[in-house]
Amino acid sequence: MSFPVDLIRKDFPILTRKMSGKPLIYLDNAATTQKPQIMIDTIVDFYSNYYANIHRSVYEFSQIATEQYETARTIIKEFINAETTEEIVFTRGATEGINLIANTYGKKFLKKGDEVLVTEMEHHSNIVPWQELAKEIGIILRYIPMNDNGELVLDNIDDLINEKTKIVSIVHVSNSLGTVLPIKMLFDKAKKVGAICVLDASQSIQHLNIDVQEIGCDFLVFSGHKIYGPTGIGVLYGKSNLLENIPPYQTGGDMIRSVSFERTIYADVPQKFEAGTQHIEGAIALGASIRYIHNIGLEKIFAYEHELLNYATNKMKEIPEVTIIGTAKNKASVISFMLEDIHPHDVGTILDKFGIAVRTGQHCTEPVMKHFNIPATTRASFAFYNTIDEINVFINGIKEVIETFK
Amino acid sequence: MDAINELYQEVILDHNKNPRNYGKPEAYTNFAEGFNPLCGDRVEIYLNLDNDIIKDIKFEGKGCAISKSSASIMTTLLKGKTIQDAKEIYSEFLEIVMHGCDGLEVKDEDLEVFCGVKDFPTRVKCATLGWHTFEEALKDQKV
Ligand SMILES: Cc1ncc(COP(=O)(O)O)c(C=O)c1O
Repeated sequence: MSFPVDLIRKDFPILTRKMSGKPLIYLDNAATTQKPQIMIDTIVDFYSNYYANIHRSVYEFSQIATEQYETARTIIKEFINAETTEEIVFTRGATEGINLIANTYGKKFLKKGDEVLVTEMEHHSNIVPWQELAKEIGIILRYIPMNDNGELVLDNIDDLINEKTKIVSIVHVSNSLGTVLPIKMLFDKAKKVGAICVLDASQSIQHLNIDVQEIGCDFLVFSGHKIYGPTGIGVLYGKSNLLENIPPYQTGGDMIRSVSFERTIYADVPQKFEAGTQHIEGAIALGASIRYIHNIGLEKIFAYEHELLNYATNKMKEIPEVTIIGTAKNKASVISFMLEDIHPHDVGTILDKFGIAVRTGQHCTEPVMKHFNIPATTRASFAFYNTIDEINVFINGIKEVIETFK
Repeated sequence: MDAINELYQEVILDHNKNPRNYGKPEAYTNFAEGFNPLCGDRVEIYLNLDNDIIKDIKFEGKGCAISKSSASIMTTLLKGKTIQDAKEIYSEFLEIVMHGCDGLEVKDEDLEVFCGVKDFPTRVKCATLGWHTFEEALKDQKV
C-alpha cells in the first residue's frame, strides 16, 4: 500500500496556506516541523477545559492537568523504550538537555585531563557546552573527523576512544548533511572504556525508531518542535542511576521534598530536574504529537521520506550546476547543496517567491562548513507530509535560480 | 516574478560577477571589517584618505549577490568624493533600501538598482553591510 500522504496533509492546517502568494512548500523540516491539528487541539483543550498548575493542588482540574502531564511522560517513555517513566525529564529542548548534562554530570564526575569525544559534524549545541567545561575544569574536547562524503573517519577510533574518555556525545543524524551515524558501534566501544554515552537525537527522533536500551545510551536529548510538537519543550532521557547521582541543574519550587533555612532535601527524579512551573501544555501537546506519529508508524514514515530523498537526489544530480554537500551512504531526508557560486541567500530569496521554504546558512554547524570550505549551504529537508509534486516545483525553482544568474 | 527581477537586475548581477575596486591595496590609511552573522557575509573596506578626500576605496569579501554588488557599486560612487559628500550618498542609499524610491528623487542614478530591496526585508542587511563597514572605516585611526 502506498503512503497515504493526501490524507496526512489534511492533518496539518498550515499546508493549505499560501506563502509569497504561492501554495506553501515547506522544505525546512530539519529546522522545525509543522503541527498536526491534534496537537493544536490538545493545547486549546487544556487552556479551554481544564487549565491549572500541576503537582500542587487537590482540586479536580489540577489533578487532570497533572495526569495529562504524566501521561505525556509515559508516552515518551514507551516511544523510546526507557525502562521507567522516572528516566524522562522535561526540558526546554535539546540545547538545554546537553547543557544540563555538561553542568551536572560533567561538573560532578569529570576532572582535568579527562576527555569528551564528539564528532566533526556536531551542532554547536553539542560543542559549546563542552568547551565551557574545558575552560572551567580543564577537560579535553576531541572530535571524530569526517571525510568529504560526510561520513565519519574511524581509522583512529581506538586512539580517540581511550581510557581517558569519560563522555562520548554524538549526533545521531547530522542536521546539515543528513548522515546517519554508526552510533551503536561507537557506544559499544565507549562502554568498553567505561565512558558514558550521550545521544543527540534532535534529527533522528522524527525519522528512526529509537530504543534507548538497545542503543545502550546513558543520556539522550531531543526537542519537541522537531517532532511535530510545540516549541519550548524537549526531553532528556537519563538512566535512573545516573539521574539519581547527579545534582539538580536549577533549584527552587517543585524540585524539593522539604525546605528549611538550614537544609533542603531534593525531590526524587525526575522532579529534581523540573524546577519551577513547567511548560505544561508543551509537554501534554508533545505527548499528542508523538502518539500521532507513533500511530502512523515510524517505519512507514522513514520509508516514504526515503522515497522523497531518493527522488529529489536523483533529480538534483541531473542539474549540472548542483553540488550536493553530504553524500553518505546512510542518510536521512536532508539535502544540503550548492549552486556553483550562487550564494545560498540569493537561492533562498528566489525560492521563497515560489512559496518554497528552505534553510540557507551554516545550520549551526560551522565546523562542517569549514571542512567543505564553503560559507553556507542551501538545505532542503523533507517530512512525511511532503510530496513528489512539491519536489518537482522545488526542482523547477532551482532551475529558475540558475536561469536568473545566467 | 517581477520583484525578483527587480532585485536581481543586470547591474546587480554584473557587479556580483565582476566586482569593481576589488582586492586589498598595498597601502591604505583606513580599514574596517564587517560581518553579518545571520548569513555569514563578510566584507573588508580599505580607504586611502587625503585629508577629507577619499582618494581610493577598495573592498574584499565573501557574500551574496546583494552584499557584493552593493559594496562594489559603493566603491564606484565614493571614489574621489569628499567625506561629506560620501556621507550624503550613504544617507540617500539608506533611504532607498529602507523605503524604496516611490516619491523620491534619486540623485545618484546608480543607486536606483536598489529601489527593490525594500520588498525583501531580510535582505536589507545584506545591502547595507559594505556601506556600514565604510562608515566604520572612516572612524579607523590607524594613520
Ligand atoms: C542536531 C541538532 N542538535 C541540537 C539542536 C538544537 O535544538 P534546539 O535549538 O531545539 O535546542 C538542533 C537544532 O537545530 C539540531 O539539529
